[in-house]
Amino acid sequence: MRPEWKDFVGGKWESEINVRDFIQKNFTPYEGDESFLAGPTQNTKDLWDMVLDLQKKEREAGGVLDMDTKVISTITSHGPGYLDKSKETIVGFQTDKPFKRSLQPYGGIRMAEKACSDNGYEVDPEVSEFFSTHRKTHNAGCFDAYNQEMRACRSSHIITGLPDAYGRGRIIGDYRRVALYGIDRLIEDKQAQKDSTGRVMTDDVIRLREELSEQMVALKLMKEMAASYGCDISKPATNVQEAIQATYFGYLCAVKEQNGAAMSLGRTSTFLDCYAQRDLKNGTFTEDQIQEFVDHFIMKLRLIKFARTPEYNQIFAGDPVWVTESLGGVGVDGRPLVTKMSFRYLNTLTNLGPSPEPNLTVLWSTRLPENWKRYCAKMSIQTSSIQYENDDLMRVTHGDDYGIACCVSSMVIGKEMQFFGARANVAKCLLYALNGGVDEVTKKQVGPKYRPVEGDILNYDDVYSKFMDMLEWQADVYVNTLNIIHYMHDKYCYERAEMALHDRDVKRYFATGVAGLSIVADSLSAIKYAQVKAIRDEDGIIVDFETTGDFPKYGNDDDRVDLIAQDVVHKFMTAIRRHHTYRNGVPTTSILTITSNVTYGKATGNTPDGRKKGQPFAPGANPMHGRDTHGAVASLSSVSKLPFKDAQDGISNTFTIIPNALGKEAKVFSGDIELDLNN
Amino acid sequence: MQGRIHSLESFGTVDGPGVRYVVFVQGCAMRCAYCHNPDTWEMNAGTLMEPEEILENYERNKPFYNGGGITVTGGEPLMQIDFLLELFTMAHARGIHTCLDTSGIAYNPNGNPAWLAKLDSLCTVTDLVMLDIKHIDPEKHQKLVLQPNNGILAFAEYLDSKNVEIWIRHVVVPGITDDPTDLHRLGYFIGGLKNLKALDVLPYHTMGKKKYDELGMKYRLEGVPEMDKSKIPELKQHILNGIRERRGLPVK
Repeated sequence: MRPEWKDFVGGKWESEINVRDFIQKNFTPYEGDESFLAGPTQNTKDLWDMVLDLQKKEREAGGVLDMDTKVISTITSHGPGYLDKSKETIVGFQTDKPFKRSLQPYGGIRMAEKACSDNGYEVDPEVSEFFSTHRKTHNAGCFDAYNQEMRACRSSHIITGLPDAYGRGRIIGDYRRVALYGIDRLIEDKQAQKDSTGRVMTDDVIRLREELSEQMVALKLMKEMAASYGCDISKPATNVQEAIQATYFGYLCAVKEQNGAAMSLGRTSTFLDCYAQRDLKNGTFTEDQIQEFVDHFIMKLRLIKFARTPEYNQIFAGDPVWVTESLGGVGVDGRPLVTKMSFRYLNTLTNLGPSPEPNLTVLWSTRLPENWKRYCAKMSIQTSSIQYENDDLMRVTHGDDYGIACCVSSMVIGKEMQFFGARANVAKCLLYALNGGVDEVTKKQVGPKYRPVEGDILNYDDVYSKFMDMLEWQADVYVNTLNIIHYMHDKYCYERAEMALHDRDVKRYFATGVAGLSIVADSLSAIKYAQVKAIRDEDGIIVDFETTGDFPKYGNDDDRVDLIAQDVVHKFMTAIRRHHTYRNGVPTTSILTITSNVTYGKATGNTPDGRKKGQPFAPGANPMHGRDTHGAVASLSSVSKLPFKDAQDGISNTFTIIPNALGKEAKVFSGDIELDLNN
Repeated sequence: MQGRIHSLESFGTVDGPGVRYVVFVQGCAMRCAYCHNPDTWEMNAGTLMEPEEILENYERNKPFYNGGGITVTGGEPLMQIDFLLELFTMAHARGIHTCLDTSGIAYNPNGNPAWLAKLDSLCTVTDLVMLDIKHIDPEKHQKLVLQPNNGILAFAEYLDSKNVEIWIRHVVVPGITDDPTDLHRLGYFIGGLKNLKALDVLPYHTMGKKKYDELGMKYRLEGVPEMDKSKIPELKQHILNGIRERRGLPVK
């Protein structure tokens, strides 16, 4: 066994790249409570004060403190940057100083220029010229290949938010590999992968060989970049500090080269705990020191920043990075994967204060240790900074070493990735069905010229059948647009750093998405159970509706409408599945418009459910605002009827509740009178 | 036996232990000045529902109620004792934790023997009663809720004799129910209940006022400020001291 691995239990992971096997052989489940946790050190407090000060300056400067306008960001484009070198135990910034946003034009030069100009900066003219004349971008490639119909769908927003001008993101490198194996071993492995490709040079084999070469370059650059910080990551990490540092460097390379819509971290805590346990046992580090490393690591993750435009920020409600880290969950052997490190990650919310990034996501199972559940609940109450996802549901598909990209997209770390596909506006599709493909806002013929509905009163069977036809068309144009986007992204903006930390043969999910589900469900319910009268404008286009009578609304655990929602998801997915997908991606869909529901609403006319033109959609799979009148459980129950097998990329429900409705405060309520009497 | 139901709440977290399916029944005889559900007073309104329908709704989402159960509140549940008895009997048989939130106003120890017999039966299928004592002082009680409190206090003692677990709730309204002496007296009284398990001191808020306006009703506590939450621990201490005195524990 290699000396760096001393005291670890060996196994398959020694002879092959297999982080899961290492974790399974070496992790120590922790069922205790949070009393072992350490507070912030003085250095941590000092560093965080510097961050707060810089944050304040950034806000005062209008949202951006500094931008690179000349140096194209690569893994090694920038020298080392620090907050205070003498105090940082985990180092590394995207550029040569904190809060300076990097220049990443490969996704699209115009987007990069606009991100600068909107924030009062100007991209160096030479860079602009180079990327307009000599080096094509992903964005330019997409528009070369789009057809008229795709362009029309894009501008009328029936398919929307497409990653054709920005990085698609949603790929998680297995950053842990850098720590466990060191770069040299990973390069050897990649070389062996390249040597193992087929000998007949088909398009696929040529592309794979070129990509593997790119990946090896990325690995070499990672080593150089780490060396500029005085760290040697060519060999495996020897302790927890080095392991955290190496994992972070892996991630840092990804965000130096990709301004993706979601740049998630993976599932690192239980892996790193193996090192922490070994160091505690050997007396290498104390709990205080280990917490300090974690605090500094999380602090760095909070400072990942990208250059983005106001329009982008509008779609995503701010400029989230989605540094999602998945915590906890239960192993396929039944052992909870909760370790002390899981607690230490959440403890950063106490030590550094609440924060939306990194997006700490607890993989929830009914079988998690009680102490961990309690701690999560406590930290949620105190900080409102934790996301929860259903491990019992996802483990069935992905096993026990998957992570979440963005908010809900699940993938096995290092073995699966996804092509992010934004979403199809199905509410608008329903209106197209009524109007025979004419857009209700622009009045242009965007969809196919199918027969529009006739008469004043909408007939359910008629509308449903027309909607199904239009949905088929929408899926067709949507998938084909995405095929172009991902072809071009691979070609002009390839994620070499992230893919270097994947297996050779990855499973690619071809992700699609749905927006406006609850509107469609309620609209169809209104047409079925109440009387909906169509109101046409002077051009004979249906622009409004008059509804008489009540109808069941999605969000009240009422099967009459919940099954409509379920059916629409299934039909949409069935339509998607009929198509060829780029690189044989496995089609999935998501119902997760967490932030963009406002934008989608703006582009969509009046709908039969009573929603007015321009009004926001409900986020994700949520019922429409205020229509769920039977309390949270009934509302959640409606959402939980949506079929995961047809929406495997995730179903999100944004849950807001006033604290008082979540239970009693300890000071007000004596839940155990004997306790209070004796205290 | 159908019940008159005002509404159903699938996610109750403040009406008993755990997450609860809360049934608000229609109809109440009390006219508490600060009642925040005046729309449940009217006796002949509401939707008629069978106990089985309610339990079906509950069973659909059973996993959410792990550690919780069903709470019937209102309105005044004991005004519909036949329905309540049937619902709780069926629920109890299925292993569902049953909780009754009541003012106790319907109780009269010398009342209709048939009704009292039903109450006896109800006690055998009720796991917890949350009893809301509005005021310990008979005169002030009469003024506040337009009903006497002797039956309510007798009801507390009756429940205790039936070995039903009791949580006491008390709303503290500035200048009306926050007098330290009264609070101490309240504590002294409930200290005598051997099945007392919890005490919930609720700060008065004015969120209910909106409903009165909507219903075109006069809000009797107009102008009374909300109770400052930070005062609750101190006010609660008066009640706890009353309990301690009654039980021979050192007063703090």
